[in-house]
Amino acid sequence: MLKPQDRIFTNLCGHEPILLSASRRRGIWADTAKLISQGSAALIEQVKKSGLRGRGGAGFSTGLKWSFMPKPSERPHYLIVNADESEPGTCKDRAILRYDPHRLLEGALFAAAAVQAHVVYIYIRGEFGQEARVLQEALVEAYSAGLLGRNAAGSGWACDVYIHRGAGAYICGEETALLESLEGKKGQPRNKPPFPAQAGLYGCPTTINNVETLACVPEILRRGPNWFASFGRPNNTGTKLFCISGHVNKPCTVEEEMGIPLKELIEKHAGGVRGGWDNLLAVIPGGASVPLLPASLCTDARMDFDSLSELGSALGSAGVIVMDKSTDIIEAIARLSHFYMHESCGQCTPCREGTGWIWHVMTRLQKGEAEIHEIDELWDITKAIEGHTICSFGDAASWPVQGLIRHFRPVLEARLKKSGAS
Amino acid sequence: MMAMALSTGQPVFSFQPEAQEQARAIVARYPEGRQASALAPLLDLAQRQNKGFLSRDAIFYVADFLDVPAIRAFEVASFYSMFNLEPVGLYLIQICRTTPCWLAGSDDLKKAIEEHLGLKVGQTSEDKLFTLREVECLGACVNAPAVQINDDYYEALTPETLIAILKALARGEKPVYAPCNVAGRCSCACKKEKTC
Repeated sequence: MLKPQDRIFTNLCGHEPILLSASRRRGIWADTAKLISQGSAALIEQVKKSGLRGRGGAGFSTGLKWSFMPKPSERPHYLIVNADESEPGTCKDRAILRYDPHRLLEGALFAAAAVQAHVVYIYIRGEFGQEARVLQEALVEAYSAGLLGRNAAGSGWACDVYIHRGAGAYICGEETALLESLEGKKGQPRNKPPFPAQAGLYGCPTTINNVETLACVPEILRRGPNWFASFGRPNNTGTKLFCISGHVNKPCTVEEEMGIPLKELIEKHAGGVRGGWDNLLAVIPGGASVPLLPASLCTDARMDFDSLSELGSALGSAGVIVMDKSTDIIEAIARLSHFYMHESCGQCTPCREGTGWIWHVMTRLQKGEAEIHEIDELWDITKAIEGHTICSFGDAASWPVQGLIRHFRPVLEARLKKSGAS
Repeated sequence: MMAMALSTGQPVFSFQPEAQEQARAIVARYPEGRQASALAPLLDLAQRQNKGFLSRDAIFYVADFLDVPAIRAFEVASFYSMFNLEPVGLYLIQICRTTPCWLAGSDDLKKAIEEHLGLKVGQTSEDKLFTLREVECLGACVNAPAVQINDDYYEALTPETLIAILKALARGEKPVYAPCNVAGRCSCACKKEKTC
């Protein structure tokens, strides 16, 4: 179990006051200028060395991403904070925005200095009105205290930060859809390449990082990359925020060491599965987009990138959705299929049409109205979408259904037989 | 995507002085010549001034204000779920229906509201006080089930606590903003026992 002194997010639950003076007591904005004075290359090197991987879902090395930014030229560089948290099961960035906004702002300043950006946009999901208000208040405080602006925190680096509120679209969490949205268009993902580091916002070099990712950076720089890398195991380092929802006794968002066993996470922090561990049916370990794990795989599962990938699932955004044996597992996944149908941006045909078909067949299965052969057809639909779209939304819509068929086929068949389908 | 009709016959729209000022401040966040970036924020501003929905006129006005083609403003207005293209009640109730909220009883909330207000999802009450909608994940999963009413989230709800909130709204009261006051939990559900 992570020791209290090793926590990065010391105000995750809002027990302490939120704004500047309290944030300073938590060590934020302490020696910002000195850390920035190491220069871009040293900042990138330390984050690389820490092993920090993006906390938004894809898990790409943060330091490596920063290093893709070109040398400064006439084109401005941009840093974008992805605060469009919308992955079902996930509400960790919201806790940072609400209760520790200065940690994010300082992290964003370090990242801006590292990728040579003078302008930062924080793209926050539109529904987070209260969070945007808190963030705005923190921003005003930071400017008044000289922590942002022409000579941010006395570092000599000019850094302006602006908040941009979204207007309701899950897809805008995909980084190129976010760019389109920020440019005042429909949030439809772009083809890559060119990658944002080459041609991002307004065609300029751009780095996009998740809220939690950036909020880890100040502690990594202060305590050193080796400290961060001492948690977890190689390629899966650091501490991580987990959101545990569903059928547990005490749902919560908690910071733990990467690689913590799933069972320990649920029992120590979330009060255990409702009705006890033996009452567990399945867990979706990384937000709606990843395949579920049946109870048999949950007992030994560890919560990191590589362990979950070996089990045919993924860490994703670490939104842990727990389902006990009372759950209609077909409806649980059908609800996610409805989500993906609603949120498809409509750009690529396989996804636009396919997500509707998935939901249609899932509903027939749930009601017991389908024929047995439709299970295989459903599988084929997901395979026709997966890998055939511009962005990974198509994969995300396919995987939960594939997980259901892979692990719960007997349940699907039993429901159809019960209702008399052939 | 939901099919939506564009409303017509509204009076000609323009920003009131305060909104004018806010709009200029928003446009100033973006580089010169990139004022189109302000489209969604300005449509939101217009919607707030226009009783919670975007009339055809309001969309044309915002497009004109930013000097972008009207079709682009219509594209944005129809793409994002927070823009309402038809009138809504004074209180827009949005019940989260996605799996984590469903596991925590969102269907019970839906049933309770429908019975209490005599409305089905998608309808507006005759007194134009309430519009009822189901939405996808609000991102408050740990505190499920959650409902958004206008700008505010209400979390860890039961049918009883939710109906009490609706009654307070109907009396013209502003219920306590409730991320922390329901069931004694804050956003991480650990107000009493520190697990985080």
